[in-house]
Amino acid sequence: MEQILQDSVLVSNYIKGDECALGVLIERHKQRIYSFIYSKVLNRDITEDIFQDTFIKVIRTLKKGNYNEEGKFLPWVMRISHNLVIDHFRKNNRMPKYDNNGDFNIFSVLSDTDLNAEKKIIKNQVERDVRRLVDELPSDQKEVLLMRMYQDLSFKEISEKTGVSINTALGRMRYALINLRKVIDKHNIVLTN
Amino acid sequence: MAKNYTKSSSEMKKMLPKKETISFLLNYSKALSVINYKRMKFETLLN
Repeated sequence: MEQILQDSVLVSNYIKGDECALGVLIERHKQRIYSFIYSKVLNRDITEDIFQDTFIKVIRTLKKGNYNEEGKFLPWVMRISHNLVIDHFRKNNRMPKYDNNGDFNIFSVLSDTDLNAEKKIIKNQVERDVRRLVDELPSDQKEVLLMRMYQDLSFKEISEKTGVSINTALGRMRYALINLRKVIDKHNIVLTN
Repeated sequence: MAKNYTKSSSEMKKMLPKKETISFLLNYSKALSVINYKRMKFETLLN
């Protein structure tokens, strides 16, 4: 009996409140609409989404009484699904998605430049060790090294601050570095990240 | 003579929406009601 009823009658019944009519309409046209969408998007999940959105639109339009194409139900639904397919491609063009199924992996060119937790700990450790080694230097060498490396002063500024010549400051810096290397080598201290 | 048989594509047979999708649509339809007030239309979803 249901199969005999025309789409237009079912639509009209549905608008009047017969919820079963919608079930019949969906059952009758689901394959054509679903296949049509799939032929465009070639993805089952996206097809499912667009199929659902198509009928949500159909339901809302019918319930609001905005449907005025009696007798042309299927072409109307097909047009809605076609428009939604176009929307889908437009949206994807605006926001292209990268999947990692192909040869190109986006993560091979994007990387997280931040240190990870382990590397951060190691870096802090190394910096602490260096500070402790610097503390062991003779005070004149230590003073020049701190000003140069930590305060970023030029040797001219260091010479002015400490009241020694630039050459002396340079010499103290050189000895500071030699002494640090000696201690590091002697105790096999590893200062790498 | 070559015998050419065409196999009905199993993929085409399966070209149907999931039962859950249809069930969702039917439930959505039952839950949706449109209230007309003067010239305005209000949609309400009753669960």
